[in-house]
Amino acid sequence: MALYRTVQLSGCARMCVSVARPYSTVARSPSTPLPLRSKLLFFLSQHFYDVEQLLSWSSWLRNWTLRRKNTFYSYTQEQYGNNVAAAFYILSLKGGFRFSGQSEWFRPNEKGKFSWDFVNFQEHPIEEVDVSGTVINCTGLDNLVSQKNLRTLSLRGCREVDDWFLSRLHIFQESLEELNLSGCPRISVGGLCALHHLRKLRKLDLSSLPRVQNPGLVRILLEEVLPHCHITGVEYDEGLQAFQEEKDSEALSSTGTGA
Amino acid sequence: SGLAAMRKHAVRAMPGSDWQPLEITPGLPPERADVVIVGGGVVGWSVAYWLKRKERIRDGVRVLVVEKDPTYSQASTVLSVGGIRQQFSLPENIHLSLASAEFLRSINEHLGVLNEDPVDLQFNHSGYLFIASEKGAGIMEENYRTQRYAGAKVTLLSPAQVKEKFPWLNTEGVALASYGLENEGWFDPWSLLNALRRKAISMGVYQCFGEVTGRVTSDCLLDAFEMSFKRIRYVNVRMPNSLEYQPVECAIVVNAAGAHSGKVADLAGIGSGPKDTLAAVPVPVEPRKRYVYVLHCPDGPGLDTPFLIDYSGVYCRREGLGGNYIAGLSPEEEEEPDTRDLEVDYNFFQDRIWPLLAHRVPAFECTKVASAWAGYYDYNTFDQNCILGLHPLVNNMYFATGFSGHGLQQSPAAGRALAELILDGGFRTLDLSALGFERIFHQEPVLERSIV
Repeated sequence: MALYRTVQLSGCARMCVSVARPYSTVARSPSTPLPLRSKLLFFLSQHFYDVEQLLSWSSWLRNWTLRRKNTFYSYTQEQYGNNVAAAFYILSLKGGFRFSGQSEWFRPNEKGKFSWDFVNFQEHPIEEVDVSGTVINCTGLDNLVSQKNLRTLSLRGCREVDDWFLSRLHIFQESLEELNLSGCPRISVGGLCALHHLRKLRKLDLSSLPRVQNPGLVRILLEEVLPHCHITGVEYDEGLQAFQEEKDSEALSSTGTGA
Repeated sequence: SGLAAMRKHAVRAMPGSDWQPLEITPGLPPERADVVIVGGGVVGWSVAYWLKRKERIRDGVRVLVVEKDPTYSQASTVLSVGGIRQQFSLPENIHLSLASAEFLRSINEHLGVLNEDPVDLQFNHSGYLFIASEKGAGIMEENYRTQRYAGAKVTLLSPAQVKEKFPWLNTEGVALASYGLENEGWFDPWSLLNALRRKAISMGVYQCFGEVTGRVTSDCLLDAFEMSFKRIRYVNVRMPNSLEYQPVECAIVVNAAGAHSGKVADLAGIGSGPKDTLAAVPVPVEPRKRYVYVLHCPDGPGLDTPFLIDYSGVYCRREGLGGNYIAGLSPEEEEEPDTRDLEVDYNFFQDRIWPLLAHRVPAFECTKVASAWAGYYDYNTFDQNCILGLHPLVNNMYFATGFSGHGLQQSPAAGRALAELILDGGFRTLDLSALGFERIFHQEPVLERSIV
């Protein structure tokens, strides 16, 4: 296969990509060095059209897979009803759930296989959902819109859950009591401010959210807005320590230069 | 590093590159382009991006974006408050906003560049809260039906529900309120502009800093029935701080110059025909200055503050987490401020905004103006809605202007619509023919029914 060389155009034409960061959906901190594979791919994509096209196809394929996993299960909904469609969607994502009135959870095993007994529970709405570590995203919530009895939602470590997802959670405002958002790398304050719709919320877990700069302050503001909710996972003085260390280091450097 | 610089020079001088030994003026645009977009704001770059995205072969369309000010110091985009809402009364506006929100939701799929940071818009999903008095409640209900039919997620609230949801609000005089639940809020306009620009440049759009000046020369195509149709052959782009200019031969010109669109249209001869003819109708877009004040109020409303718009016209939203708010008001026709510069009049806040704001939100009685700025609206004096489409008398000038304060929130969808007009010959996804030039010539304004 001949690799077609890109011609270097100067002037106001092609822009050379200046910052070398791998194309990922999560922003990397500047201190972590690039792995060798990414550096090599980046170098090749700057010099060969084929490599550039292959990389753009692979990212398109990644997006297409996400869309396919979060599509609306209309056939299941027509045949078996809303509850079974939502159940099937959660199981396909490799998450777990519990019907209201039942006590055992439905989950796929490590190989991804699950039992088809859930098809018999067409009249039971879903009460608790655990989709931790799955690729659920904002459009996937279309499958869960009908579950007005949802009480617990666990989104621990979901990398596709972002602020737009949180803005759609208002559909559960009458019933949602527990929400676990720990470890979601895309959530920021812009989405957390949309949680004030959830008036019945009693437990909210906000640990390890890398994009929230001042977790302590956000916790105080959220407690003002949701007075009955107990927020865990973040201390009031988180986000303050960095400032204190800066002040200490400034004091040290000023005394050093003074003396 | 002298060796590295020499190597760079040698590579650039290879055959196939644009390098010339006598480079006199840096930053000149190319001599020929297919589409010249006048104006490098969010609308201009959105059109450029969609043109490149819709072209069917690589480098099929050569697009040049000409921007007057490299610092963007007076551009409406960066001075914008940054809100996006679907609560309009015109279905076209609702669809434009909805489509733009859809674009912003999956912005990294659209505007992600290989090996660059993902785009961070800092979108606050707080929704808009419109408040109506007794007089405007009927209009608000009709608008609500239109919005729900178009697919916007809006809900109506009674005064009691408003008081329960937002206890810091004074519900005196409130008859009805309309609250947006999804796809509404505010974001950072500079991030969107930079994301569009970065992606468009990576797809091969040429960027030039210069001003379109002089008489944009046009060819008289047809003289029939005492009407002359013009066609723009080339556009003169003058370099900043210099008398030097480059004529850029082009097939299509897109006027996305925002507040200065009227001047660019004058250059093409629009509006300077014999009296009482179509050629005498100018493009009704002019700059209007609007003030934006940053307030500091430590006891103000908390994290659930929506973008509040009162029936008196005053608006207010939260900014950041430190008790800062942004407020403003559209002045009446008689008290329109002077548009020669962007100086702020603080008395306007004292006399007009503060009484209304303090009445609606009692916590703002003890507030302090931390700072303020002013920006231009590309105000459509005819009906305050955007103008999208071809001008009937100038054969190849497209307009994407006159947004009157909604340019930022409608820019992705408007850019797509204009790219469809240029490349496909007609609207494909959204039918925006009601927002074309016909309404101006027929003197039939397409007005937004606001709740007063």
